[in-house]
Amino acid sequence: MSKDISLAVTDGSGANKLQKTGIALLAFGVLATIIAAFGAGATQPVLFFWLSVGFISAGTLVYAYPYFQHEAGIKNNNIFKNGMTNRGALAWFTGLVLTGFYIILYWFPQYLEGLIRMCDPLSWLLRNKAADQWFLYGTLYTLAVLVMGFRFIGKYRHNRYQIIRTLSVMFFQLGFAFVLPGLLLMFNQPEFYFSYFWPLKYGYLWPNDINYVVSSGGLGYFMIFWGAIMTFIATPLLTYKYGKRWYCSWVCGCGGLAETMGDPYRQLSDKSLKAWKIERYTVHGVLVFIIITTIMLWLNSAWEGGLLGTWSGNFSQWYGFFIGSIFSGVIGTGFYPIFGNRVWCRFGCPMAAILGLFQRFKSKFRITTNGGQCISCGNCSTYCEMGIDVRAYAQKGENIIRASCVGCGVCSAVCPRGVLNLENLRDEK
Amino acid sequence: MKIVIIGNGISGITTARHIRKLSNHEILVISSETEHFFSRTALMYIYMGHMKYEHTKPYEDWFWDKNRIDLLFAKVAQVQAKQKQLQLEDGRMITFDKLVIATGSTPKTLEWPGVNLKGVQGLYSKQDVDLMEENTKDITDAVIVGGGLIGIEMAEMLRSRNINVHFLIREQYYWNSVLPKEEASLINNHIAAHHIHLHTNTQLKEIIGDENGKVKAVITHDGIEIACQFVGLTIGVNPNINFLQNSEIETDRGVLINEYLETNHPDIYALGDCAQFRHPKNLHPAVEQLWYTGKMQAETLAQNICGDKRAYERGVWFNSAKFLDIEYQTYGYMFNKPLEGEQSFYWEHPKGKIACRINFKATSKAVTGFNFLGMRFRQQTANDWIKNEMPLQNVMQELEKGFFDPEFFENHYLAIVEKFNTDYPEMAISVKKKKKFLIW
Ligand SMILES: Cc1cc2nc3c(=O)[nH]c(=O)nc-3n(C[C@H](O)[C@H](O)[C@H](O)COP(=O)(O)OP(=O)(O)OC[C@H]3O[C@@H](n4cnc5c(N)ncnc54)[C@H](O)[C@@H]3O)c2cc1C
Ligand code: SF4
Ligand code: SF4
Repeated sequence: MSKDISLAVTDGSGANKLQKTGIALLAFGVLATIIAAFGAGATQPVLFFWLSVGFISAGTLVYAYPYFQHEAGIKNNNIFKNGMTNRGALAWFTGLVLTGFYIILYWFPQYLEGLIRMCDPLSWLLRNKAADQWFLYGTLYTLAVLVMGFRFIGKYRHNRYQIIRTLSVMFFQLGFAFVLPGLLLMFNQPEFYFSYFWPLKYGYLWPNDINYVVSSGGLGYFMIFWGAIMTFIATPLLTYKYGKRWYCSWVCGCGGLAETMGDPYRQLSDKSLKAWKIERYTVHGVLVFIIITTIMLWLNSAWEGGLLGTWSGNFSQWYGFFIGSIFSGVIGTGFYPIFGNRVWCRFGCPMAAILGLFQRFKSKFRITTNGGQCISCGNCSTYCEMGIDVRAYAQKGENIIRASCVGCGVCSAVCPRGVLNLENLRDEK
Repeated sequence: MKIVIIGNGISGITTARHIRKLSNHEILVISSETEHFFSRTALMYIYMGHMKYEHTKPYEDWFWDKNRIDLLFAKVAQVQAKQKQLQLEDGRMITFDKLVIATGSTPKTLEWPGVNLKGVQGLYSKQDVDLMEENTKDITDAVIVGGGLIGIEMAEMLRSRNINVHFLIREQYYWNSVLPKEEASLINNHIAAHHIHLHTNTQLKEIIGDENGKVKAVITHDGIEIACQFVGLTIGVNPNINFLQNSEIETDRGVLINEYLETNHPDIYALGDCAQFRHPKNLHPAVEQLWYTGKMQAETLAQNICGDKRAYERGVWFNSAKFLDIEYQTYGYMFNKPLEGEQSFYWEHPKGKIACRINFKATSKAVTGFNFLGMRFRQQTANDWIKNEMPLQNVMQELEKGFFDPEFFENHYLAIVEKFNTDYPEMAISVKKKKKFLIW
C-alpha cells in the first residue's frame, strides 16, 4: 500500500502489522456482508450476522488497538498525509459508499433484504418481531458507536473528560436508542426513544405521534410527559448549567455517531467566516421552519383539518424527506469523509439551534483561555468539528462563548500549551 | 505616514495590527519567507501531518486587504537609514517614514567538519520544514545535536515517522541548563519511553559524508560513530541581521534597542528575535527569542509609533512548552537552581509524568516562581501570587484555585499538600477533603 493511501496510524513498526491484520479482518467482514446482502443473509442469518458483525468489529478493534500501546497523548500523526482523512480517493470512495447506503436504505430497502433477514434472529430476541430496514440501520449504527467509541477512548485516553464522555454516548446509544425501544416493542408498547426530544425528534410534539403514543395508555402518557418535560424544562435548565454539551456530546445519538465514527474526519469542517455566516442562516432556518410547522399542525388539528386539509400530512412528509432523510442522513453522515463529521449538527439540527441560543445568551458554560499562553498554532481550530475558529479567541485571551460549540472538549485536549478549558462558571457565593 | 515593517512573523504582524487599530497610517509589511503570516510554533505539526500549512495561518487571506495592511513578498537586501529607503534584492527601492525591523532568527551552526553535507540542517523556517521533508524521505536513522526546545520537537517529528533518533546533548539531563535536575530527569525518562536514544554528556565532533556528499554518520567527541542519514542541528538561533551591515544601524548580536524599542536611528525600530536590549533588566536576557515576548514587544511598539510613548514592560515572566506528551508551564524566574536566598519545594506524581515546583524566599517565604509538568495552571493566579509576594503557606492553602486541568482529571492537591507538610512540618497546613457532587 502506498504511503498516501495507507490507513495506518503510524508508518512502519510493529503497530502497523497489527493494523494490517485489522484491515484484513475488516475486509473479510465487508466481504461477508456483501455475500449476505446478495441473499445468503436470508438463508443463513445467524452465521452471516456473526461473520459480518463479528469480523467488522474485530477488525476495527484490532486496527484501533495500537492507540492503547503508544504513550498516552495526542496522536494526530499523518492525518493530513493520509488520503482517508484528507479527502483523498479513499475518502471519496467511502463517502460514496456511505451515501449510497443511505439512499438504498431510505428509498430502495428491497435491495437490503439479505441484510435485513440477517438481523432477524437478533430482532426476534430483542423486539419479538421480524427485522426491518430500520432495525438493520439501528444495529449498524449502534455497532459503529461502540466499536469506534473504543477507538476514540484509545486515542484520547490521556484525557478523562474524553473517556467519560465517550462512555456516556456509547451507553445512551446502546441503552436508550437501541435496547430500550426494542424492549418496548416486545412488551407491545409504542416504540419510543427516551434520549431524543422535540425539535430533533420533531414528531414527539406533533399531534399524530402524540395520538399514537397516547393510544397505548399509561406508559404512553408518561412518554408524552417525559418528552415535554425534557423539551421545555430540562433542556433550558441543563443548558443553563452545563451548556449545550450535556446533550450534543454526551447523550444525542447523532452526536454520538459524529464523535465516534466521525472522529477521524473532525478536521475537515470548514473554518471560514463564510461558512459561519451560512451556518447561522441554515440552522436557524430549520428551527423556524419546524416551529411554524408544529404550530400549524396543532392549529390544524384543533380546527379538525380546517387549516391545512390534506396538506398537513404532506407538510410533515416533506420535512421528513428533506431534513430528516436527505440532510441528516445522506449529507450529514454520508459525507463525513468530505465535509467533516458534524455537518448536520452544525448546519441543520433544530435541537442544536435551540440549545445554541440558550448557550449563547443564557448559560454558565464557556471555554476559558489561560492568559497569554496561546502560540497561535491552530490545533484547536483545526480539530474543532463545529468549524469554530477557536484560535481567533484564544490568541486574544478571550473566552469562547459560541452557539455552535458542542463542548466536545477536543480543542482543549489537542492544545499543546494547555490554553483552553471547558468550564461551568460557579454561582457567586 | 508610511510605516514599513520588515518581517511578517509574530512581531512584525502584531505591530502592524496594533498600528492599524490605533491609526490610519499606511502600513507595508515585507517578507521573503511566506506570503502570509503563519505560526512558526506550528511548524512541527505540518511535518507530522497534524495540520497543513494553511491551518497555521491565524488569519484568512482576505484579512490583510480588509485591514489595509499591504503585503509584499520580497527580500530586503539593504537598508539606507539616512535616505529613509530600502533596497530589495530585485533592485526595487522602497521609501519609508518609519521602519520596523522584525526579521527574526536563523539557526546557529558551528564550524564542524561536514556541516555542509546534504542531510544536515537546522529548523526555523517554512523552507526548513520543506527541506526536512525531502531530507528525511525513506531514511532510517537520524541524529539531533543540541538539547533545547527545538531539538525535542525535531525528535518528536522524526519519531512520528518511526525514524530512529539519536539525541545528543551536552548535559547529563535534557535542557538541564534551564530545568532543575528533578524535572530534567523526569523528561529524560519520558524521552526514553518514546524510544529516542538520548546520548547525555555528548558533543558532536564531526559529520561524515558518503561519495554523493550525503551525510552517512556522525562522530562524537569521545569517538563513537553513529550511522545516520540526517543530522538536525538545534543548538540555538542567532538574530537575522546580516543584511544590516553598512546600514549605519548599530548592532551587536542583534539590532541594539533601548526600552522603547528604538534603534540608534530616529524613526527606525527593532523588536522580536532580531533585537537586543542595550540595557537588559536584572535576570532578563538581552535577546528575547520567544513568541510571547515578540507579541508583547509589538503591542508596546505600536503604541510608541502612534505617539503614546511607553517603555516595554513584560510583567511576571512566563513560558510554556511541550516535551513530547508532557506539557510544561513556568511562571516567575525559574532556573536550574533556586536563586540566592531562595528555597524550592518539589512534588512529583509516583508515575513520574506529573510534577510541580514552587520557589520561595527563605526569609519572607514569599513565592517567586512555579514550574508545572503534566498539569495545567492558571497564569493569572500564578502571576498575582508572584507579584503580590504571597507567602508560601497561603499559596499552599489556595493552590487548587489555580488548577486548569480539564474536568474529571485526577486532582493532585491533597498529594501535593501531604508532601509539603512532610517537607516543611513547621509550615504544615491542614485541608479538609471537599466533597464534590457530580450534578449541580
Ligand atoms: C520550531 C520552532 C518552535 C518554536 N516554539 C516556540 C514556542 O513554543 N513558544 C515560544 O514562545 N516560542 C517558540 N519559538 C520561537 C518563536 O517562534 C520566535 O521567537 C518568533 O517566531 C519570532 O518572531 P519574529 O516575528 O521576531 O521573527 P520571525 O517569526 O522569524 O519573522 C521574521 C520574518 O522576517 C523575514 N525576513 C528576515 N529577513 C528578511 C529580509 N531581509 N527581507 C524580507 N524578509 C525577511 C523572515 O523570513 C521571517 O519570515 C519557536 C521557534 C521555532 C523555530
Ligand atoms: S470549540 Fe472546542 S469544545 Fe466546542 S465544539 Fe469546537 S472543539 Fe469542541
Ligand atoms: S491549540 Fe492552543 S496554543 Fe494552539 S492556537 Fe489553539 S489555543 Fe492557541
